[in-house]
Amino acid sequence: MCLAVPGRVLSVVETDGTRMAEVDFGGVRKDVCLEYVPDATVGEYVIVHVGFAIQRLDEESAIRTLAGFARLGLLNEEFGERGTP
Amino acid sequence: MKYLDEFSDPDLAAGLLEQIHASVTRPWALMEVCGGQTHSIIRHGIDQLLPDGIEMIHGPGCPVCVTPLETIDRALAIAAQPDVIFCSFGDMLRVPGSGRDLFTVRSEGGDVRVVYSPLDAVRLARENPDREVVFFGIGFETTAPANAMTVRQARRLGLRNFSLLVSHVLVPPAIAAIMEAPRCRVQAFLAAGHVCSVMGTGEYPPLAAKYRVPIVVTGFEPLDILEGVRQAVGQLEAGRHEVRNAYPRAVRDEGNPAAMAMLRDVFEVTDRTWRGIGMIPGSGWRLAERYREFDAEHRFAVGDVRTAESPLCRSGEVLQGLLKPDECAAFGTRCTPRNPLGATMVSSEGACAAYYAYRRLS
Amino acid sequence: MTIDFEGWACPLPLRDTPAIVMGHGGGGAMSGDLINHLFLPAFGDVALTDSAVVTAGTARLAFSTDSFVVRPMFFPGGSIGDLAVNGTVNDLAMSGATPLYLSAAFILQEGTPLPAVGRIATAMGEAARAAGVRLVTGDTKVVDFDSGDGVYVTTTGIGLVADGVDLGPHRATAGDAVLVSGPLGVHGVAVLSCRQGLEFGTEVRSDTAPLHGLVAAMLATGADVHTLRDPTRGGLAATLNEIAGAAKLGVELVERDLPVPAEVADACHLLGLDPLQVANEGKLVALVPPDQADRVLAAMREHPYGRDACRIGVCVAEHPGMVVARTGLGGTRVVTMPIGEQLPRIC
Repeated sequence: MCLAVPGRVLSVVETDGTRMAEVDFGGVRKDVCLEYVPDATVGEYVIVHVGFAIQRLDEESAIRTLAGFARLGLLNEEFGERGTP
Repeated sequence: MKYLDEFSDPDLAAGLLEQIHASVTRPWALMEVCGGQTHSIIRHGIDQLLPDGIEMIHGPGCPVCVTPLETIDRALAIAAQPDVIFCSFGDMLRVPGSGRDLFTVRSEGGDVRVVYSPLDAVRLARENPDREVVFFGIGFETTAPANAMTVRQARRLGLRNFSLLVSHVLVPPAIAAIMEAPRCRVQAFLAAGHVCSVMGTGEYPPLAAKYRVPIVVTGFEPLDILEGVRQAVGQLEAGRHEVRNAYPRAVRDEGNPAAMAMLRDVFEVTDRTWRGIGMIPGSGWRLAERYREFDAEHRFAVGDVRTAESPLCRSGEVLQGLLKPDECAAFGTRCTPRNPLGATMVSSEGACAAYYAYRRLS
Repeated sequence: MTIDFEGWACPLPLRDTPAIVMGHGGGGAMSGDLINHLFLPAFGDVALTDSAVVTAGTARLAFSTDSFVVRPMFFPGGSIGDLAVNGTVNDLAMSGATPLYLSAAFILQEGTPLPAVGRIATAMGEAARAAGVRLVTGDTKVVDFDSGDGVYVTTTGIGLVADGVDLGPHRATAGDAVLVSGPLGVHGVAVLSCRQGLEFGTEVRSDTAPLHGLVAAMLATGADVHTLRDPTRGGLAATLNEIAGAAKLGVELVERDLPVPAEVADACHLLGLDPLQVANEGKLVALVPPDQADRVLAAMREHPYGRDACRIGVCVAEHPGMVVARTGLGGTRVVTMPIGEQLPRIC
């Protein structure tokens, strides 16, 4: 269910009383409703489902997650191919 | 950080896979709840890279598949009316009602349009004041805030020609129903990340405790899926059953308060029939009484819809992991990807289609 | 409560419809059903391919026809007019022919603005001149305001096939390298970006082009090219599945080597589409013996329409009729034949 894609807020406008944003998905741009993530600012990443931003993406936690994955790889090397850390 | 490519890095995936292989001591059956996760698993061939003992059971999280037949028949009846513009998400068009689908209605002159966003349907209503515009509001908790917004907007704009045919379904009651089933084999869940982006994680601890089942909130990119599996297997091996968030960049424990407030205002909980599964109490949302004027069921007196389900295949048991696809009598004979009997054989990520393809591969 | 899993079934998409639906024109399995079960039995024992090679006297002629119902008629990088000329030119080129003459038949909807028809005609004239073919005959019909959709164009073409040139799936062999002439999915994404209900902003522009010059350059290497196809509707997935089915061979792709531009990949991600099922224009797929692949690739890269040509996979004797891709993570996935219309997913 629920194909949702990360994109970067390019600009924010008020259209007919609704908070809308132009969001960039790697070169593809789409108008997105920002009512549910009203404090998202230009340059920030949000996750978008059927034309609605449903959550902002937390860069710090993304970096931490990736660093955790990288550490796992190192541990594996240290303890051999099928070792338990 | 683009939040996409970084999460499909092959080297990091290899590290996660090694870790999973190292920690598994016996077979486990995991269910990924969401159809999007199933798609990712098949699309990247992740299932083939997991240890042999790890079985991924593809869950019921496909909103178009579980939309009840009666609602689809009602949609077909409304879409066939001459003054109606019927708007739907693309993948709903191919789902059949009793003997026909929205494509058929369109081929008979019905004005059926694919929209990317529910807001496009509101725009159509403004542009066509002399037509009735109906949006088919299906989906799980992720999609519901978008659909709710259309109703709020329609009211604010004073649109009298817009309505919503609502058939929302909810994940936690479905998890409970799956665990209550007598022959349930699911030992851990990868919960649907984007549902939790909206709803948070608060509904899951009681389920994990009651059914003693690990629930790992999981994202959709390859590394996310592998991390969900790694955490679930880690818990199973350690005999724990906790709720963990393996998708913290997009899921906060408290969810999205603005979206949840809107959902509480626009919808109310109702019993919902899941196609092919049956009625699950409290597993759906319908429009709240105060938004009744925007309810297509109320606006269009479609009357009694007489439903007729096609002969059933055994994909229900396949979805539960109770039956391997090739144990079904129809598999590969009466039922093939070219002449499918069920959606599990139809879509490329369906369990039967994948099984069929790989059986021919090996 | 309890669930009776015995009755848990997913609904099945309809394949046997009593009337024509849009999916019959999608270039996938439904189109195939229509051809194989309705047209072929009626037409007799013929192989309906994109272009046929026939003999007239001593001449070998390639002969092809194609209808264009593109919506919208004008899109970033081109129009229905360019497609109508290049589409038929390319169908002829895939037989190894030098395209010579085209006919053009128009079905015009009452009320269509003349300037729009004029733009299309101008585009056709320019495309024909660029391709070095002549539009020599045609026809025009007008239909009621409510029974058409702007402009439909049908072009038919003939071309000359040199002696000894024999291209087609029947010549494909296990071991053949699979080559593609350039980036995938570009045209399809350009058209989708301005389709009603899906509109999105993108710099992607259609790259429709006549390919017989490129084909001539490939054949001039002296390499024994086995099969050429242009992967239009249904994308690379439909084309390779058709070849695999007809040749009773398997195809193995390496996803990492597929030239899918980032913008195409991102647009597909957004809409839930598989870039391999998205339509192409101005691209060809070639099957050539492995030891001649580098020579052919070098010739392709010398040509303006083949600058980004690359090797994407191999034909194999295993899993005949199936196309399989090695994923970035090292798993495999089956690249299926699209069924009908391509639809954005929400799940």
